[in-house]
Amino acid sequence: MSTAELLSTQEYKYGFVTDIESDMIPRGLTEDTIRLIVEKKNEPEWMLEFRLKAFRHWLTMTEPKHWPNITYPDIDYQNIIYYSAPKQKATKASLDEVDPELLRTFEKLGIPLTEQKQLAGVAVDAVFDSVSVATTYKEKLKKHGVIFCSFTEAIRDYPELVKKYLGSVVPTNDNFFAALNSAVFSDGSFCFIPKGVRCPMELSTYFRINNSESGQFERTLIVAEEGSYVSYLEGCTAPKFDRNQLHAAVVELVALDDAQIKYSTVQNWYAGDEQGVGGIYNFVTKRGKCAGKNSKISWTQVETGSAITWKYPSCILQGDNSIGEFYSVALTNHAQQADTGTKMIHLGKNTRSTIISKGIAAGRSNNSYRGLVKVMPKAEGARNYTQCDSMLIGSSCGANTFPYIEVMNHSSSVEHEASTSKISEEQLFYLQQRGISQEDAVSLIINGFCKDVFLQLPMEFAVEATRLLGLKLEGSVG
Amino acid sequence: MLEIRNLHAAINGNEILKGINLTVKKGEIHAIMGPNGSGKSTLAKVLAGHPQYEVTAGEVIYEGKNLLELAPDERAREGVFMAFQYPIEIPGVSNAQFLRLAYNEKRKHLGEEELDPLEFKDLLKERAKVVEMDASFMTRSVNEGFSGGEKKRNEILQMAVLEPKLAVLDETDSGLDIDALRVVAGGVNQLLTPDNAIIVVTHYQRLLNYIVPDYVHVLAGGRIAREGGKELALELESKGYDWITNPNVAGSANLNAAS
Repeated sequence: MSTAELLSTQEYKYGFVTDIESDMIPRGLTEDTIRLIVEKKNEPEWMLEFRLKAFRHWLTMTEPKHWPNITYPDIDYQNIIYYSAPKQKATKASLDEVDPELLRTFEKLGIPLTEQKQLAGVAVDAVFDSVSVATTYKEKLKKHGVIFCSFTEAIRDYPELVKKYLGSVVPTNDNFFAALNSAVFSDGSFCFIPKGVRCPMELSTYFRINNSESGQFERTLIVAEEGSYVSYLEGCTAPKFDRNQLHAAVVELVALDDAQIKYSTVQNWYAGDEQGVGGIYNFVTKRGKCAGKNSKISWTQVETGSAITWKYPSCILQGDNSIGEFYSVALTNHAQQADTGTKMIHLGKNTRSTIISKGIAAGRSNNSYRGLVKVMPKAEGARNYTQCDSMLIGSSCGANTFPYIEVMNHSSSVEHEASTSKISEEQLFYLQQRGISQEDAVSLIINGFCKDVFLQLPMEFAVEATRLLGLKLEGSVG
Repeated sequence: MLEIRNLHAAINGNEILKGINLTVKKGEIHAIMGPNGSGKSTLAKVLAGHPQYEVTAGEVIYEGKNLLELAPDERAREGVFMAFQYPIEIPGVSNAQFLRLAYNEKRKHLGEEELDPLEFKDLLKERAKVVEMDASFMTRSVNEGFSGGEKKRNEILQMAVLEPKLAVLDETDSGLDIDALRVVAGGVNQLLTPDNAIIVVTHYQRLLNYIVPDYVHVLAGGRIAREGGKELALELESKGYDWITNPNVAGSANLNAAS
């Protein structure tokens, strides 16, 4: 088969649309839109204030179109539907009351929600367009004191916790997309791990965009109290549409003394077709604050989807001896664009950070790593190690590395290593000579290249990520 | 098993092979010798299907099939194996992972069940004895950080795992000290059965002390210049390649003596 034939047979298997009646608000964004969302969601006054403050600030901000290494046509923010929810009962006493069509959708995505079929060892919050439709294992987790619920429920049931931490890591005026999210976010997940508790299972949120006209603006807030531990996973898919959809999420993590948060993402939003038509604009702000001493936050991301990825999961290392980690695989093919990386801000003494970034570019795609390591004056003995490797497949793609290093403390050490390589014809021939097909050979080489990152993923995710990379690269060599 | 007829091959438009004829039967060991640049390695690579070489004329029939029509991985699954002169490094991929994938591809091709990692581990342990390789090599990345000798032993380990019908060893002796040479050659000898065949490509006679060929073919200028039994290798050793490639110096040799 020729490359072109292989490419055309490549399928995005999550590209289907669920036919379901939705409760949508009219297009456009004004203060009234925000009031309408608040009303729909029955939110208290303080949420309205939070949102309006963000919105007013957003109006004064400009879209960050110039510094990232990405290009896209102007987004008409007045042409987006900011709230779209499948019609169903407002409060669900049990999963039995969830629309069977929604359950079927998630089952098709490999996320069974009904009690008999629930994934063992993983609690799931399923978010469909603007709302969370179900959260599994909620009761079981509650017995351990762990709160895991939709953001809507969190605002209703745990207002004090939400008030305390919402916007504490990513302020409403942080950046254009974070401000937009703060103004209109409709749902998401809330996790709270109390002092001394090791969360007994993996927590996860599965995001599904179904509506072609709506954006998805979700919010995730994870708080790990003193000495607690949680591993959180995030997955995302969307149907194939010719138009682009905007996904602007905000994720905030807070780790207190001796707490540890491990956050893993496998991002597989629809990437558009070979010509670059359609696909998700994934403009996401993710930040964790190691607020307490000896705390640790690890970001692991495998970014394979989206027409454009713009995200920099970061760590603010405030507590002494705290640790920030960023392990990333970003793969772009066809016309995809990614400008992704991290920020490690060292504030506390003896803080440490590790950045391992693997960028793979194929087709005509453009893949950039952008990372900031900043050591503040009081961060005595801070250390950073950064390794950025890029791999190019074919000769029409591009890979860039933009490291920013700002050191204001002389007792610190910062190391940066970077490499760029290509899959060589000799490597492919060697593997093929042992009976391995060209596609499998490419997958094997790529998986070897990404090994340091995959090792950080929970087992099931690692298997999924390995499979996904193979699928995404099918036919890109030859 | 293998019939090469009037094979011509070129790289970047330069013809390297200019009409090779060779017949290999089951159970036979053939040595391909010749000076540098005579086309020995090219022949090995053309048989394995290296994409840089273009076959410009001739045919290669392997087990009744037109070998030249098959992709390199198809050839491999049909039992053609090449031990590389310069084995390639694959960072991040463990030897065991790589070998299991290759082994299972062959099993699938034969309609047999694939082995899971534990079953394969046992098999690998057994086969590793052939080249006296330590278990620690199985978890290391393919050829990464291996010494020259270790790489060559790793090639023969792969041969032991994949059990090819036709093995082409491309200068497997280059860069080996005498002890490693003995281990590698010993491994190859253990793998020879009445049902498979081996083509040994080498510049020097010394490997043939250990892997004793039934036939020796001497390449010069892209053609087989002379053929004979194992004694031909010894003769070459004493007289040098000039004896064949430059008859005016050596006197008596005839370039077309091969028959």
